[in-house]
This record gives sequence, structure tokens and C-alpha cells, in this order.
Amino acid sequence: MTALVYVPIDAGALSLGAGEVARAITEEAARRRAAVKVVRNGSRGAYWLEPLIEVLTPRGRLAYGPVTIADVAGLFDADFLNGGSHALSLGATEAIPWLKGQQRLTFERVGVIDPTSVADYVKHGGYQGLTRALSMEPAAVVQAITTSGLRGRGGAAFPTGIKWKTVLDQPAGQKYVTCNADEGDSGTFADRMLMEGDPLTLIEGMTIAGIAVGATQGYIYLRAEYPHALRALRTAIAAAHQARYLGSDVAGSGKRFELEVRLGAGAYICGEETSMLESLEGRRGEVRVRPPLPAIKGLFGQPTIVNNVVTLASVPWILQHGADAYANFGMGKSRGTLPIQLAGNIRRAGLVERAFGLTLRELLYDYGGGSATGRPIRTVQVGGPLGAYIPASQFDTAVDYEALAGIGAMLGHGGIVVFDDSVDMARMARYAMEFCAIESCGKCTPCRIGSTRGVEVIDRILEGVDGERNVRLLEELCELMVQGSLCGLGGMAPFPVQSALRHFREDFRARVR
Amino acid sequence: METLPPAESAVVQRIASDLKGRPGPLLEVLHAIQAALGYVPGAAVPIVAEVLNLSRAEVHGVVTFYHYFRRSRPGAHAVSVCQAESCQSMGAEALTAHARRRLGIDFHQTSADGRFSLEPVYCLGNCACSPAVMIDGQLYGRVTPERFDALLADRAPSP
Repeated sequence: MTALVYVPIDAGALSLGAGEVARAITEEAARRRAAVKVVRNGSRGAYWLEPLIEVLTPRGRLAYGPVTIADVAGLFDADFLNGGSHALSLGATEAIPWLKGQQRLTFERVGVIDPTSVADYVKHGGYQGLTRALSMEPAAVVQAITTSGLRGRGGAAFPTGIKWKTVLDQPAGQKYVTCNADEGDSGTFADRMLMEGDPLTLIEGMTIAGIAVGATQGYIYLRAEYPHALRALRTAIAAAHQARYLGSDVAGSGKRFELEVRLGAGAYICGEETSMLESLEGRRGEVRVRPPLPAIKGLFGQPTIVNNVVTLASVPWILQHGADAYANFGMGKSRGTLPIQLAGNIRRAGLVERAFGLTLRELLYDYGGGSATGRPIRTVQVGGPLGAYIPASQFDTAVDYEALAGIGAMLGHGGIVVFDDSVDMARMARYAMEFCAIESCGKCTPCRIGSTRGVEVIDRILEGVDGERNVRLLEELCELMVQGSLCGLGGMAPFPVQSALRHFREDFRARVR
Repeated sequence: METLPPAESAVVQRIASDLKGRPGPLLEVLHAIQAALGYVPGAAVPIVAEVLNLSRAEVHGVVTFYHYFRRSRPGAHAVSVCQAESCQSMGAEALTAHARRRLGIDFHQTSADGRFSLEPVYCLGNCACSPAVMIDGQLYGRVTPERFDALLADRAPSP
């Protein structure tokens, strides 16, 4: 009998040698005349165990990790193909405590299935949401999304159903569904993992969106830094076409939906929705003034849905299981689950999908196991480079849009970057301003000039020039950028700076050169 | 302005003509040019502008807006070192200093022997395995200075 071995093709796993491990397993199997089929799956998200390989046995899928090429011969010696015990044995994958406690809805198939196979996707519940949506009135599909309480997972947390309803209510004509896959926030990789590990879920979500609002064309705006996701998406789109889930007759419904991937070109600002639309149209990614909203006048001037990858990928589950089932997860106005990304200086980094409401402390210590360096965690930055730095005294805050806003922070795309006590917060504040200066689109003055002046003011503080006065000046500059910028880049880049000043003032002192 | 060898000029012309019918084609065209030539030469700008019926200024504006588009011929191997927060928390600053020293160049430069170009990048989405480096489209995680040297050695010219 042919043994089934899973070796991730996820970029993160590949970055730790999964490609070499897959090759070594194939070669070793050939040498030993063992019948082995290697399936390249996505990552389960437990990156500290990557490369994590799995074998299908009568006892279910058993995991081994982290595996290097040096371990491969030993795994064969230990008869891992039949679940044999080895120093790297992790037992049943689903029973690994770090994974077992998670509530994987959006990520239920990531790391489980072969991302290139429509058949495998369907076998694991795929396309049931679309089938359901096709049996409903478009307005009822939109209503289901509204009832589910789903909010934009890209960071803005705007109710998805309201956005869709606005597009639905526009007169018939060319409408678009666009997916913002410009995942530029440091500390985030949920979009990438999903696109590489279960791209058909995103494709299905966009197809449902198209059918719900009457859009026949979709675009995925993917950042150029994700070549692996590009390959995965193109393969999956071709497979969905082949299986007639895309094209002129979606799943035999007579409805059309086409999908295309467009590549960004290394501009962080293109994660802002109007800038993304400009870029999709082939122009400089300069922010548009709103109104009009993209839902009314978006891509090429037509009504357009702009949603993040995780938002759209949550749609199939909601249609399949019902809006109430989704809304039953979560707390307050944050309904459903969030794929949280633990990153940076943390022992057990990776993706944790859980209902809203667990605390940062649970994430950092129960899941994360403390810092990677073993030193005390001093702060975490939540929500990317525009997110506030949160001190240890606030680690009991819940992962919830409103709870984080309540302490002057923001959840954003759900990335948490961990820093130990060696971090220099004045330098991190300087970096926030520097990043804004590098990435500003230049359209509005507070962002374009303010960020550059911000770097200079922080430099003067660190040089000991008029320290007190310059700290006050920095505070005023931050306030001006927050109030006066056209979009979230200049408007939020001061958040890390202000939080660093608020919680870590002691770091803003003159340095001995 | 530099002039393009006729073969390269023909490549640019063909790419622009092939893609001009697509909606909002300019980024697609520039990506295809960079994939074919390794960079977007200044002399490609008027050709693209002509074919797409845009002004040179518009095309130049787009090329220069996006960090990903290179305007000079890159080294044989493109090395990007992530500079973002997650990688900083795991020693990206020291790794970057090592990379500069090792290659003898700063960001946006190409080594004298033409073998390596060094670029900053702001997040490779490998934040659970920081610090991250990308070389020729291959992603590497938990990169120590020693591992960095080994990765470069793998790309050394064969003796």
C-alpha cells in the first residue's frame, strides 16, 4: 500500500527547509523501494514545529517535527510510514495541545488538504457555501453576511454586510469584487498562509461575493513579496476553472464569475483600499479622497467590493453553517473568530485561530510560551507598523476590536509582534516615522512631510538637543498627523510613537554616542 | 538617456503591445519587462508610453513610485533582508550589518563583481520565523549570520 506523507509547501515551512525534506523523503523511499506519495499541503501554522510532516495511518494523521534532512533516514528506520515512534514524534496532529484548543473555522482546511486539488477541497466541505448561496436570493446572501457580524479583517473592521449591501443596491452594470491581498503589516501572515494552504476558500468566498452583488469580475491584488502565494493562486484558479466553479457558468448556475491575480510592486500604501484601486488601474498608488466610496465608485469608476483575504475566506463557512453559527463565536461587537498571528521574539510563533475574547496574556504565554530569547516580554505591537505598543501591564486586555481601542490600541489584521526587554522604544518610535516616510504616497502634507520631520525630531531627542522641548514638539507633530492626514498611513503612523512616549518615556533620553 | 540594444527594445515593444488591451495594463507591463530584463530601463519608458498612449511622465511616475521596480541592472543574485518590526525583534539590525559587511555594499547597490544586489524589504510574511531573507525569490527564515554566509556560498560561482 502506498503511504501518504504530507510535507508543507507553505513559504514559511519552505524557508526552514521543507522543500529539501520533501525531496529527501522521495529519494529515501526510492532507495528503500517503499511506496510513498508525498502530498504538499499548507502549514498547520505551528511554525516552531516546522518543517512538520505528517503520515496518514489507521490512527489518523500522525505528526513529526521539526524535521531536517538529517532526520529522514532515521524516520524510515523507525518505520514512520506506519506511525513508528521516533524522537520527533508529536502524536496525532489534531491532538497537539497548541492546535487542539484552537477554533479553526476560516482555517479549517489549511494544512489539511492538498491546496491544488478541487476534489480534496470538495471532500472537506468546500463549495457547500457556494451551493447554498446559489439557492438563495442575492439579498439574502448579503443579509446572511450582515447577520453573521463579520467585520473587515484587514484592519478597519467595517461591517462586511453593509459594504456588500451598498454594492448590491447600485444599479445593474459592471461591478467588481476585489481582494486586498497586500498583506504588508509586519507580524502578519494569515493571508499568505491561507492563499498558499487553501486558496480555493478565497476563490469560493469571492465567487459568493460576486454572485451576491451581481459582479462578474474579481481581482486579487497580491503583494509582489509573495511569489509562493502567486503560484498557489494561479494553480487554484486554473483548477476551479477546469472544474467549472469559475467562468461563464459557475457550478451550472448560468452565472458568470471570472477571477484574475494582479501583482503589487512593493508599496505598503497599496494596502489602503483606494490606493489599491489606483494601483489595479495601473497608476501610482496615491490615495483617493472619499467620498465617493469604492462601493459606489470604485475600480474603473464602478461599484466595487474591497475586502481582505481573511474576510472573503470567512464567507464560505458562514454560508455553509449559517450566520448564527458564526455569530455564536466571539464577544461584544466582535463576532466570529480571528486568525491571530504570533510573531517576532516568541518561543512558539504561528497562527492561532480563536473566537474573539481571549487575552493577550493567554496568547503570549499559554500559546506563545514567552519570548524566544527567554528574557521578559517588555511590549507587543499589535496591528502592524501603525499599531500601538502595549506594555506588559495591559496584557490582560482581550483580543476584541473595542477592548483594544479602549486602551488606545488597535487590533488591525491580528498580528502580534513580541519584543523582549532589550528593545529600545525610542528607536522603535523612530522606525515608525521612518517607515511612514519611506512608504508615504506623498499626496497629503501631514504624512509626507510630518513623517520626515518626526524622524528628525526623534534624532534630536536622542542627541540630547533640547530634550524636553523636542518631546513636546514630537507630541504636537503626532497630533497633527493623526488629525490632518488623508488616510490611515499618516493618520496612524503616530500611534506607535505616541504609545512609546506614553508607556516607555524613560527610553526617550539622550544617548552617549 | 541610455539606449537599449535592439533586442531588448523589441522585447519591451512586444510586451507592451501584447498587454495593452488589458484593463489598467501599466503595472502588468512593467512587471513583464522586469521579469524579462531584470529591471525597467529608463529607455523603456518612452516605448511603453507610446504603445499605451500615456505620457512619459505618467510611466516614469509609476516606475518610480513602486519600490519593487528596479531602474538599474541587478546583480546575478538579488538579496533582500527584511527590516520590519518582527525581524527587528529577532536581530535583523545585526543581520543587516553583517550582510552589508559581507557583500561590501549598502542597500540599493550591486557588488563590484556584479554577483549580488542588496535590497531592504518591509515584511516577507515570514514573521513567525524571523529574521527573514529572500534570495532570488527563495525565502529563508531564522537566518543567523552563519546561515546567511552559507546561503551565499551556495550561490558562489563554481570553481
